[in-house]
Amino acid sequence: MTMILSGSKLGRLVGATALAIGLSAAVPAVAEETAVHGPVVEKQSWSFAGPFGRFDKGQLQRGYKVYKEVCSSCHSMKYVAFRTLADDGGPGFSIDEVKALAATIKVQDGPNDTGDMFERPGKPSDRFPSPFANEEAAKAAMNGAAPPDLSLMGKARAVHRGFPWFVFDAFTQYQESGPDYVYALLTGYRDAPHGITCADGLQYNQSFIGGSCIAMPAPLADDMVTYDDGTPGKLQNYARDVAAFLMWAAEPKLEARKSTGLKTVMFLVVLAGLLFFAKRKLWSKVPH
Amino acid sequence: MSGPSTYVPGNAFTRWLDARLPIIRLGYDSFVAYPTPRNLNYWWTFGAILSMMLVVQLITGIVLVMHYTPHVSLAFASVEHIMRDVNWGWLIRYMHANGASMFFIAVYVHMFRGMYYGSYKAPREILWILGVVIFLLMMATAFMGYVLPWGQMSFWGATVITSLFGAVPVIGDAIVTWLWGGFSVDNPTLNRFFSLHYLLPFVIVGVVILHVWALHVVGQNNPVGVEVKSEQDTVPFTPYATLKDALGAAVFLLFFSWFLFWVPNFMGHPDNYIEANPLSTPAHIVPEWYFLPFYAILRAIPDKLGGVIAMFGAIAVLFVVPWLDTSKVRSATYRPLYRQFFWILVVVAVLLGWLGSQPAEGSYVIWSQVLTGWYFFHFLVILPVLGKIEKPKAVPESINAAILAKSSTH
Repeated sequence: MTMILSGSKLGRLVGATALAIGLSAAVPAVAEETAVHGPVVEKQSWSFAGPFGRFDKGQLQRGYKVYKEVCSSCHSMKYVAFRTLADDGGPGFSIDEVKALAATIKVQDGPNDTGDMFERPGKPSDRFPSPFANEEAAKAAMNGAAPPDLSLMGKARAVHRGFPWFVFDAFTQYQESGPDYVYALLTGYRDAPHGITCADGLQYNQSFIGGSCIAMPAPLADDMVTYDDGTPGKLQNYARDVAAFLMWAAEPKLEARKSTGLKTVMFLVVLAGLLFFAKRKLWSKVPH
Repeated sequence: MSGPSTYVPGNAFTRWLDARLPIIRLGYDSFVAYPTPRNLNYWWTFGAILSMMLVVQLITGIVLVMHYTPHVSLAFASVEHIMRDVNWGWLIRYMHANGASMFFIAVYVHMFRGMYYGSYKAPREILWILGVVIFLLMMATAFMGYVLPWGQMSFWGATVITSLFGAVPVIGDAIVTWLWGGFSVDNPTLNRFFSLHYLLPFVIVGVVILHVWALHVVGQNNPVGVEVKSEQDTVPFTPYATLKDALGAAVFLLFFSWFLFWVPNFMGHPDNYIEANPLSTPAHIVPEWYFLPFYAILRAIPDKLGGVIAMFGAIAVLFVVPWLDTSKVRSATYRPLYRQFFWILVVVAVLLGWLGSQPAEGSYVIWSQVLTGWYFFHFLVILPVLGKIEKPKAVPESINAAILAKSSTH
């Protein structure tokens, strides 16, 4: 058998890696890191993390409620359609529930056969409505800072991980830094510590990656939304549920992806195993 | 190398075809009867893995184009359409995005393997140079592909990299305007990048054919680094190399699957899930990971033109490696000093990559300068000098002799 690395080569590789780690560990000791990278965000436990991760339907439904009653008054979510609320691997609403939810909005459509635009009730194929007509309108209404679209928020923010954590992340399959950040941000409003003064209209948030002060006022507080399933109306629950919902909105095919992955890997392991034994048998007669 | 063809058409049709277009003969001679050194290790399976990845990128890319819209106001939304509405669109797009990373992982392994075993030495100089050409084409293709989703990093990465050409004296600004098709990265830029991103992979296919052709003229190098001397040194490509390559490819696909299905955004940047906004510059503009060592070299030089020259020089120097390395011995197995310097170069390249992801300030810049210096020192000084002063270990007479010696010590 030809080994990929002989023992001595492996030893040298390990030595080289150790050298690399030693060298790079010496670097950040001198560099000014905190000025550039955001605060540390604590990891949360998510049902959709890991190789067998699945969304918690109840959590997504609660998160949708928080989004709809709170977030959506300022934030758009323009890539998400009502119909996807009933899709596999989503919040698990029934088609009738989705029709009812969609029908609560008014959509401008047209032109009709006389050339006029008209308003009609929303259909499942419509996307979530945007609170502002355009970015300029949002800015004008929101003190100069347009609230970002939330469709991809679960993937569009991440806390700086740095060496060596980003290496471990590949092995531990850590892909939840987006929802971890959303949760930390929504629960991160505090009184500004000594020495930090936020300008008018800005609030101190210990988890904001864009600086110490954020334009968004603390959006959630205890008892703000009434959950239908009896879950206590606590800030932490609202933040966790809406963060999970945003992850689903950003990655609606997450469950299909992970389950396709398991099937693919099972197939490949069997294939590689068969190839391994076939190859070993073939080469056993040939010294190499 | 392959010697006279041993293909014998088996029936009337193949005899008829062989007399008119000996295409089956070509395939047979190249991928069945082709003699391959019997001592190849698994590092040699990366050639087949790269061919596979090229095909994966072509197929997924062609399907993506069926659903993608190359327009600044529609591109980002069309990618989301692929991710959300197209059947298996998420799979195709993640395959393509992660496939690019896998392609580069495989090509870096392939290149370092060539350097370790001296595969660029006579008579394989053209083979090596064609490989460097493929590498350059891959970089251009990947860079333009990253612009297409029209996220923040797409836009700002394109702005930073194309602006580099502005460092060219006198005509720099004119070149940049010409590349952009305007006065900033905008719709004309996106359209031409889309066009070239579709074209270049087929150019890569062409150069790969030349690469394989050159390989089949001179024959494969091998871990011992001595030329094939007799039939005892070789086995036929099929089934021996085919099966081994298939095993290597299957294991590589498992590695690919890990990223594709569970951490598909690990190698990407979160900012690219924000639509491009020319009015808002990201805090850090970083290229894709596979460009980071070269990005670090670019930023190590305090002068813009100097940095551009160093960055392109870092790739250009690879073209002349066959002549920089003066050693008569190919394989690092028999070159005790070169082997040490080889691994140092690997570590330097990895560290440069890490530095390229850090902000260009303070000690990061100093380390980048030190390691950039070492990178060029390796190629321009160590390689030529080492060949003269190093005392290589005794090289076996032949591949067969090396195998016999190895099995007798077991």
